[in-house]
Amino acid sequence: MSATATTSSAANGNVSAATAAAAARTATTGTQPVTFAKALNTALADSMDSTDSVLVFGEDVGILGGVFRITDGLTKRFGTNRCFDTPLAESGIVGMAIGMAMNGMRPVIEMQFDAFAYPAFEQIASHVAKMHNRTKGKMPLPLVIRIPYAGGIGGVEHHCDSSESYYAHTPGLKVFTPATVADAYLMLREAIDSPDPVIFMEPKKLYWTKEQVDLEALRISHETAAVPPTEGRAAIARTGTDATLIAYGPSVSTAMAAAEAAALEGRSLEVIDVRTIVPLDDATICASVRKTGRAVVIAEAPGFASVSSEIVARIQERCFHSLAAPVLRVTGFDTPYPAPKLEKYYLPSVDRILDAVDALQWEEKA
Amino acid sequence: MTEPREGIEQVSSKFGITPEDYMLPARTEIHMLDINGKLHPAGEQGVEPGHEYPLPSPKVLVDAYEQLVIGRRVNDQNSALVRQGRMAVYPSSHGQEAAQVAAALCLGENDWMFPTYRDTVAVMAKGVAPMEVMAGFRGDWHSGYDPKKYKVSIQSTPLTTQLLHAVGVAHAAKLRGEDTVVLAMCGDGATSEGDFHEALNFAAVFNVPVIFFVQNNQYAISVPLSAQSVAPSLAHKAVGYGMAGERVDGNDLIALLAVLRRAVRLAREGNGPLLVEAHTYRMQAHTNADDATRYREDAEVQAWIAKDPVARMRSYLLDAGLLPDATEARITASAEAVAQTLRDGMNSENTPDPTDLFAHVFSTPTTQLTEQAAMLADELAREEETR
Repeated sequence: MSATATTSSAANGNVSAATAAAAARTATTGTQPVTFAKALNTALADSMDSTDSVLVFGEDVGILGGVFRITDGLTKRFGTNRCFDTPLAESGIVGMAIGMAMNGMRPVIEMQFDAFAYPAFEQIASHVAKMHNRTKGKMPLPLVIRIPYAGGIGGVEHHCDSSESYYAHTPGLKVFTPATVADAYLMLREAIDSPDPVIFMEPKKLYWTKEQVDLEALRISHETAAVPPTEGRAAIARTGTDATLIAYGPSVSTAMAAAEAAALEGRSLEVIDVRTIVPLDDATICASVRKTGRAVVIAEAPGFASVSSEIVARIQERCFHSLAAPVLRVTGFDTPYPAPKLEKYYLPSVDRILDAVDALQWEEKA
Repeated sequence: MTEPREGIEQVSSKFGITPEDYMLPARTEIHMLDINGKLHPAGEQGVEPGHEYPLPSPKVLVDAYEQLVIGRRVNDQNSALVRQGRMAVYPSSHGQEAAQVAAALCLGENDWMFPTYRDTVAVMAKGVAPMEVMAGFRGDWHSGYDPKKYKVSIQSTPLTTQLLHAVGVAHAAKLRGEDTVVLAMCGDGATSEGDFHEALNFAAVFNVPVIFFVQNNQYAISVPLSAQSVAPSLAHKAVGYGMAGERVDGNDLIALLAVLRRAVRLAREGNGPLLVEAHTYRMQAHTNADDATRYREDAEVQAWIAKDPVARMRSYLLDAGLLPDATEARITASAEAVAQTLRDGMNSENTPDPTDLFAHVFSTPTTQLTEQAAMLADELAREEETR
């Protein structure tokens, strides 16, 4: 894989800064600024600490700690039998993980980038997704495939795909994608604990974002099941009354910014963070849309035949009589992910979301 | 943990040869029986340093012959059941039964097998109940047995994807300090797949005890081996990964047992993975849906029928005085009993439960699957009412 994970020097600078900051903090106590990357790293370490069968492997995840440093320090702390580098072959990584899960392990494997997971697609679609079903549950596959995905970082070609729809379309795979630092921790721990295989999609533009979080409190709440699970439970990221924005992963922060801007114009938007694409929380999405009567679905992936089109279809099937306007979408264009200097034209933006909200037939409301 | 490269040096030095000579297959395939079932003179049985194979004991040979006869009966009974319309398809291993039987009998109780769709005889020889194997072919479900109970993975239809699963099972066992050996099966055509390469490389790098057992039956449906590979032999591919390769007459049950049993022992002792290529022949079509006369001459088929593994082994055992009438009668009876089980099982009506469609996609059905299950249940209830 390419050593130049990102072409943006600013982004690279942020990686180093985050790593240095993470190294300086060996234990978190109380609420403090935590990066999305550190939350994932801590979730991996806590899972490995609590369960001996949890193994981490992939390309460059060992001594380097992964190109995004999500596995930083795991080899040093848990040894090369628990966190190790593999030959450079994605189908091999997923295929070997399947066998390990068949034989009592809980592998958490890393695909270095979204588009580099495609060589493993046969293993994922034909085996990871189907093993439980074809053996009538006799051979569960508790494994997690972590995939850094989506753009917004000025990445080179094949480093910015939004590939979630391929996985969501394949029966037998759960598809998680966190949008907040707390969810990065909680959802990864939940994915590792799941008896089912989980495609864990990490919005790579969020790796360096910081939020005020108490990781130790999250660990305790996860281990004592004090918080409700995230699986199948969308989050209401912002409450509102006039229209619902539905987003996931990298698009949630854009939706939140749009809602903030709309509020200044006197429009109250509710923001739903889908969290787990599979299983999808129809109930929370529909309750919000029935309340507001208007909805815009936002996703970075090309809109055609995608998760966003699925969400729109489900809203129309379930909420038709509550709708005051057609459900609109703001998605990536149906083009390959563009070169860095063109990605700003491709990505869903606050303005594009506000334009879509403006088009929700408000004149007919009165 | 021994580094893979050091391991190869240690084991080759035990044989008194260089690592390269240890990894290369014998100059000719290993065989012990000629086509008439006579033992080759000792000097022609595989005598190169590092490629010496002792004759297995009489008990091992007679037990294996029993499985060989059962295997032939299973293939022919199942092909007959296909012709009678009791199942849609059965990929027969007629002609390859020696390789099938040796693959199962070389393994210990805790060892795993990863078979393909054509390896039904091997799966049964490892102990899986015949009708549990046949559930997949009968169309009840995609697989009918518990892989963990038998340590036999489900028969793989995609090519060579299962070799990587075999590496994972062996790797997990090794990390726990268990001495499990895993035998992973594929055909000659499958060696062209990318996962063949990835599996052999992973197994060698992680130095895990996997036997890659290639049944080279000369055809991938219609495409001959010459269109798949121009390597000196498929066994030679091993050296590129830093593992030992061996080639063996795949219609010679004695040679197969000798080679595979030693491979399993070497792997269990921590010497890493091995690749064994068996030269055999798919005597019948790919499946009943295939017409082999479109791509191969009858003379070629006849030449291989002359090397039939069952007839050769029987001649040998008779000559060696190991197959008295009573033993042969017992073996014939046990083969007939399995055939009867297959006929009874395949002729009985079995209606799979449609609600199973939704029950096993995940450990617990999602809300969406529960809704869809209710929709189907409602549809079935209405059909029942109108009946």
